[in-house]
Amino acid sequence: MAELLEAVPQAVDERLATWRRIAIVPALNEEGCIAGVIDEIRQFDPGFEIVVVDDGSADRTAEIARARGAHVLRLPFNLGIGGAVQTGFRYAYEHGFDLAVRVDGDGQHDPQELRAILEPVLQAEADIAVGSRFAGSAGYRSSRSRRVGIRLLAWIVSGLVRQRVTDTTSGFQALNRHGIELFAADYPHDYPEVEATVMVFKHRLRLIEVPVRMRERVTGRSSITALRSIYYMVKVLLAIFVGLFRRAAVPKEDRT
Amino acid sequence: MSIVAGIASLLLLAVIFELIRSRRLRERYALLWLLTGVVLLALSLWRGGLNTIAGWAGVTGYPPAVLFAVGSLFILAVLLHYSTVISKLSDQNTILAQRLALLEQELREETVRRTRASSS
Repeated sequence: MAELLEAVPQAVDERLATWRRIAIVPALNEEGCIAGVIDEIRQFDPGFEIVVVDDGSADRTAEIARARGAHVLRLPFNLGIGGAVQTGFRYAYEHGFDLAVRVDGDGQHDPQELRAILEPVLQAEADIAVGSRFAGSAGYRSSRSRRVGIRLLAWIVSGLVRQRVTDTTSGFQALNRHGIELFAADYPHDYPEVEATVMVFKHRLRLIEVPVRMRERVTGRSSITALRSIYYMVKVLLAIFVGLFRRAAVPKEDRT
Repeated sequence: MSIVAGIASLLLLAVIFELIRSRRLRERYALLWLLTGVVLLALSLWRGGLNTIAGWAGVTGYPPAVLFAVGSLFILAVLLHYSTVISKLSDQNTILAQRLALLEQELREETVRRTRASSS
């Protein structure tokens, strides 16, 4: 029965057909996961081009992704998640895509949930839609210290942008051309999502959070350890604080 | 003395802030500098702390000498940090150059192959 269900292809949203769309998949040493992630994105919608950004993996991540027919950008050395993701946005921008989703290569983001984060962008309600682990009732288990950190950042960012944001560390996002353009031009470094959220608002793009379920990591481990998270916390807070004193770029066109 | 040192530390902090704001200094490399500025500022304004540290270090004659000691210690730390950063950069530079050479060679051979294919 389960096999039968899997064999039936999902109905693809017809509205998607009019968009040139791409899935950006950053990956670091994910040879165990990457094939599954690519297959699941295709299963959701075969019309997505897939670009895997290999951030200097030492394993067969790039090889496996290529064999599955994904475009693979292989960075010559590890740039960190910010640099890797921005490479994907540059690719999307230069190849003229007008809809991009980011799905991490570690299998944490469930492509089944793409439907949820695509909706606000397809409805033209948002330039960027972010999948939040905390916006709805969907449970997400994580270490206590990490949860506290995420909550604290969410609280600070919400105050700054004057809109309730619950999950500033989520990389599960869908973007239209405006969002792609912004991130291709400027994207923060090694712990980027928090700063990026503030940046989005400064550039007057519309960001909407959507509740999604995320999965536990299948293989590999999180790049964030306890001591590092303190360092990141300080760094991110500094970056946000200084960022407030930067001049926001004037939007290229009026978006009403 | 403490007022001059305090003003100097504030100036250092202001310069660091402006450098980050204008994107000439990345947050990652600014943290150690900021720590330096904050510690120097605290010690120059808070004489009690300075005297306590002077007591630990056995500096009895002239406590503000501790300011110089702490300052040099931080500068040493920043320099060491830079050495590691430069080492990493030069490693990455090597990798980039090698990668570029390989790509150039590949592109050249591909072009030659293509012109041969079209001329025959």
